[in-house]
Amino acid sequence: MKSLEELMAIKEKTMKKMTVREDTGDDVTRIVVGMATCGIAAGARPVLNALVEEVQRRNLKGVTVSQTGCIGMCQYEPIVEVMEPGKEKVTYVKMTADKAVKVINEHIVNGKPVAEYTVGAMTK
Amino acid sequence: MRELSLNVLDVAQNSITAGASLITLSVLEDYASDTLEISILDDGKGMSPEQLESVRDPFFTTRTTRKVGMGIPLFKLAAEQTGGKFDITSEVGVGTEVHALFKTDSVDFTPIGDMCSTVVMLITMNLDRDFIYRRSYGENEFTLDTRELKTILGEVPLDSPEVVEWLKGYITENEQNLYGGAK
Repeated sequence: MKSLEELMAIKEKTMKKMTVREDTGDDVTRIVVGMATCGIAAGARPVLNALVEEVQRRNLKGVTVSQTGCIGMCQYEPIVEVMEPGKEKVTYVKMTADKAVKVINEHIVNGKPVAEYTVGAMTK
Repeated sequence: MRELSLNVLDVAQNSITAGASLITLSVLEDYASDTLEISILDDGKGMSPEQLESVRDPFFTTRTTRKVGMGIPLFKLAAEQTGGKFDITSEVGVGTEVHALFKTDSVDFTPIGDMCSTVVMLITMNLDRDFIYRRSYGENEFTLDTRELKTILGEVPLDSPEVVEWLKGYITENEQNLYGGAK
């Protein structure tokens, strides 16, 4: 059974290994998920969850996952935008949790955007 | 929306946009009367009587990208289609209250769904705000208050991986307890 005492223990453990966060500078990759009514209805919540979990699982530094409002292409939701410093923004559409994991692995880790999931591929 | 928890996530975003610092989410289930009440209360900037009137209208939104806003109308519909009630009150500078009452024995009742995901997402994506999550089933009640968690955690953020794991487990177990499920 999870308890507040257990949370206290987690705090003590985490304090010891806490380092200054490196995700505030200009060299940060930002991943944003559209979480307006359209995004949520289309399934953005599991997509955002999958992105956060995969970034944590791989312990990726300098990557932030956050939410935004309506991106303006509701028919293509869930939409994920990846903004890497010095590169053009990549917009992924009709995302799922599985696709989100692939985007982290292929795009963020290996540096190769997943062309087939992009808005460019979808609207062709 | 396939789950009411998604409506809650959506409506709570309005509270965040309104600059709320404390948002209270309640999901109160009463099996004796087959009703479920969901409330979302905030201390955001509130709405004028004119804005409040128009917010039930699907063709009203504060957004500038498009001219429709479906969040409140969808939630209202979800409640009313069960034979329930929907109410939204607001005062400028004080905050907004959204109350939706559902008849759980209606065939048109949408399942509550994964409230844990909604609550954890709201908390971890808005570390500078506080949330109270109240859940009850009959006499059984469970309350989570991020202000209390933050006092325990001190400078350890609520979105540290171990804390998020704990949070998910804590909410899930307490929810199961309400329904007499967990051991």
